[in-house]
Amino acid sequence: MIEVQQITKRYGQHTALDRISFSVAKGEVLAFLGPNGAGKTTTMRILTCFMPATEGIARVAGFDCADQPMEVKRRIGYLPETPPVYQELTVTEYLRFVGRLRGLSGNILTSSMQREIERLGLGPVQHRLIGNLSRGYRQRVGLAQALLHDPQVLILDEPTVGLDPKQIIEIRELIKNLAGSHSVILSTHILPEATAVCQRVVIISGGRIVAEDTPEQLSARLRQSEKISLTLKSPTVDTESRLKGVQGVQNVFAGGDSGTFLLESELGRDVREEIARLAVTSGWGLLELKAISMTLEDVFLQLTRHEEGLVQDPVPTLVESTGQRA
Amino acid sequence: MTPVQAIIGKELRSYFVSPVVYAVGAVFLLIVGLLAYLYVVFAGAQAIQLMQVQGSAQINLNDLVFRNLFASTRFILLIVLPILTMRLFAEERKLRTFEFLLTSPVGINEIVAGKFMGVFLLFLGLLGLTGLVPLVLALFCDFDWYPVLTGYLGLVLLGALFLSVGVLASALTENQIVAAFVSIGLLLVLWLLSGLGSLLGDTAIGQAVTYLSFMDHYDHLVRGLVDTKDLVYFFSSLALMLFLAHRVVDSARWK
Repeated sequence: MIEVQQITKRYGQHTALDRISFSVAKGEVLAFLGPNGAGKTTTMRILTCFMPATEGIARVAGFDCADQPMEVKRRIGYLPETPPVYQELTVTEYLRFVGRLRGLSGNILTSSMQREIERLGLGPVQHRLIGNLSRGYRQRVGLAQALLHDPQVLILDEPTVGLDPKQIIEIRELIKNLAGSHSVILSTHILPEATAVCQRVVIISGGRIVAEDTPEQLSARLRQSEKISLTLKSPTVDTESRLKGVQGVQNVFAGGDSGTFLLESELGRDVREEIARLAVTSGWGLLELKAISMTLEDVFLQLTRHEEGLVQDPVPTLVESTGQRA
Repeated sequence: MTPVQAIIGKELRSYFVSPVVYAVGAVFLLIVGLLAYLYVVFAGAQAIQLMQVQGSAQINLNDLVFRNLFASTRFILLIVLPILTMRLFAEERKLRTFEFLLTSPVGINEIVAGKFMGVFLLFLGLLGLTGLVPLVLALFCDFDWYPVLTGYLGLVLLGALFLSVGVLASALTENQIVAAFVSIGLLLVLWLLSGLGSLLGDTAIGQAVTYLSFMDHYDHLVRGLVDTKDLVYFFSSLALMLFLAHRVVDSARWK
């Protein structure tokens, strides 16, 4: 549905995007992750035909963004970073204007407006001026605008910014429901969001794609050892050395005087059962024992902190930093 | 409803929600009304003088009132119309709706046309209200309607030109004040070109410079002369300004 091949975008001397390639299948949800200024918005602007790429090809639904922008624009719903709303219009006036710009009219326009007003919970505010609405409602109006003509492709630049937690969950549900029938690209700073709604994550940094995979695989790929956190009520002096003696345990870090230990074991080996047995038989007072999985946040930080050469070498040696973080 | 109609409707709606239109409209109508009153009073004073000297008076309202009024209105439009056009593109860029507009399946020519038509209709409405002046005068005295109507045609064409310059200026910046200032500046330069032209005298360059200014073309219409040459001037300059606005909007995407 979306195909990006070797897109480069230069602003004068500055290269904002450097040979980016990726694709989104029909019905797939793809998350764009990256620090500020990584090139997320630029990529989205190229896909929506707002600006042309310096080099490379971008295709949406089989139409080239440079050659057939009208066909592309008809098939895209786009929510920019700032919701593009006219403050002096009411919600219904605004949506009617948007619909007419996109060639909707008559009953189709009315029913589309009704559908989006209902879907995004805009009923109570539909006759109010957008300028008087809260940030969250404006964001929802922006989403309603993107969805109004039921586009095949949705491009959402940080769709949940400014929403309260309940609304965030609702919008994520909405995006999940759209998957399957729509192709979605969304950019986000909130990492759990990518895990929650997306099948695939593209991490972009400094204008380059540094990783592309499912959220689970990304974290698995960057993990070199299993990590376990252990909290004991009354550890003894030899606890640390005895924990080290358990088969499979590679490293033990004592976490101060609170009785917390961080254990590292071989990849693919779960030593929790033995640790639990040891703790109970030694009378250390086992309070907590849990495996620490690497969050997408860790992955993200690792990848974007060390930009060079990561695509070639997907398993970098960055375990120390994670160890300290955990 | 076509996209152009949708944009026209939206622009008109935006204008009437904002207080700017009411302020600008009120000031415009007030000044035009006041000037009309003053010119009529002057004409009356002249008539009284003539009566005292000659015993009878035939005064020409077309010369004494309407020509003066059309000449003054030209200057009021130069100040007022840039205030109306300054928001058209500048506001879109400031409020980040520009990107939305340009990613809609609407051509830039349709966007420019819609915005121009919206403000042009608003201007026609304001100008229509000044029609009360000749209508009221017609109740009390006789005058020749023909030059009044061609004068109004001149105002419509002049207004369209001013508005198109304003649209261009608004596309150049995201600051509304700058947009208004740039269009007033451009219009003043166009105005002064006629002075420069007469300074250069009856040479080819002088004639060309004079032709570039709207002054002579407008004056012909106010005097009741409808010349194709003048109409060509207004329509071609209008088209040029809107074309430039189109190019500016298009190039704004590249930044």
